[in-house]
Amino acid sequence: MMFERRAAMATLLADRPKNLFVVPGLGSCTWDAFAAGDDDRNFYLWGAMGGAAMIGLGLALAKPNARVAVITGDGEMLMGLGSLATIGVQKPGNLAIVVFDNGLYGETGMQASHTSGGVDLLAVARGCGIGRVMDIEDEAGLKELAGLLATCSETLFARVRITPDDPPRVLPEKDGVLIKDRVRRAALAAS
Amino acid sequence: MERPLTATSDREPQPWQDQLFEVLKGADIRQVGYVPDAGHSRLIARCKADPGIRDVVLTTEEEGVAMAAGAWLGGQRSALLMQSSGVGNCVNMLSLIRACRFPMLMLVTMRGEWEEFNPWQVPMGSIVEPTLKLCDTHVAKVEQPEQVVPAVQNAIQLAFGDDRAAAVLLSQKLIGRKVWVK
Repeated sequence: MMFERRAAMATLLADRPKNLFVVPGLGSCTWDAFAAGDDDRNFYLWGAMGGAAMIGLGLALAKPNARVAVITGDGEMLMGLGSLATIGVQKPGNLAIVVFDNGLYGETGMQASHTSGGVDLLAVARGCGIGRVMDIEDEAGLKELAGLLATCSETLFARVRITPDDPPRVLPEKDGVLIKDRVRRAALAAS
Repeated sequence: MERPLTATSDREPQPWQDQLFEVLKGADIRQVGYVPDAGHSRLIARCKADPGIRDVVLTTEEEGVAMAAGAWLGGQRSALLMQSSGVGNCVNMLSLIRACRFPMLMLVTMRGEWEEFNPWQVPMGSIVEPTLKLCDTHVAKVEQPEQVVPAVQNAIQLAFGDDRAAAVLLSQKLIGRKVWVK
């Protein structure tokens, strides 16, 4: 099934464990994460397209006792496809990459992305050696994924197919220094 | 007549290469991202051998910029090792460093400037310094072995003390020309 993006994000973050840090990809995923509830542990991205997964990797390696979820769009993931190879080699057990896939570049006017053209991100993730690769088929699967963000012991990659809707923008803090310092303080305070 | 091979890359590791590693260790660098590179090979080998440093092989250098940001969010210092061609691959991702004022330490081995055999290295090699400066990165260029440690120490201070990007360019004069015929 295809999920409504805001509802899917809300489900993923509903019972968020204290040690879960979230890196939402620029654009819609950042708006979605903020709409689900502002949090010191969200590193909202307003740019750095293609970098979300690697930001997640650096954070996951630095904080092995924390959990890190990169939640990004198909376009953002496609721009950093090589980072899946890099992450596949490192295999951090505390990192999950969740791709909200609507096959479209939403922020630029809903042009088709490569996943609309047949590129299979799940196959890419498997081919890169990511430990656990999931296609989220239904509400139960989404809830299972939400739980795995807290408990999975190997690198996780999940595709969540979303409808091509464009919910109203809700914009978080835009000052990069503030966003960075807030997340870093939360990370230093976490065990 | 055959020219004698005298460039440093033809010989054993140079003392400055191990000193460079010790400087990074002393500065508590815990993650090192790199794309494999002959000029950095000694440093990469030392990092790989050290259990206190996580070495991360990248598919492209811009991954290392994003990783450095993540490492800092998690309380760790990192360094990015690359060849001059990699600087071009980092340009847009360095926006993340400037927009958020992340510390970013880059060590760049130069190609395309001194006794370069491969002319395809010249276009990027010749614009590394102005490119990095346009990206708001402090740049120091090192040509002599005794300059390596102070230049890297200064870059570490600038990066982690002033929350900004700082790069040290290790020139081809220092590293030696690439050996093409073995």
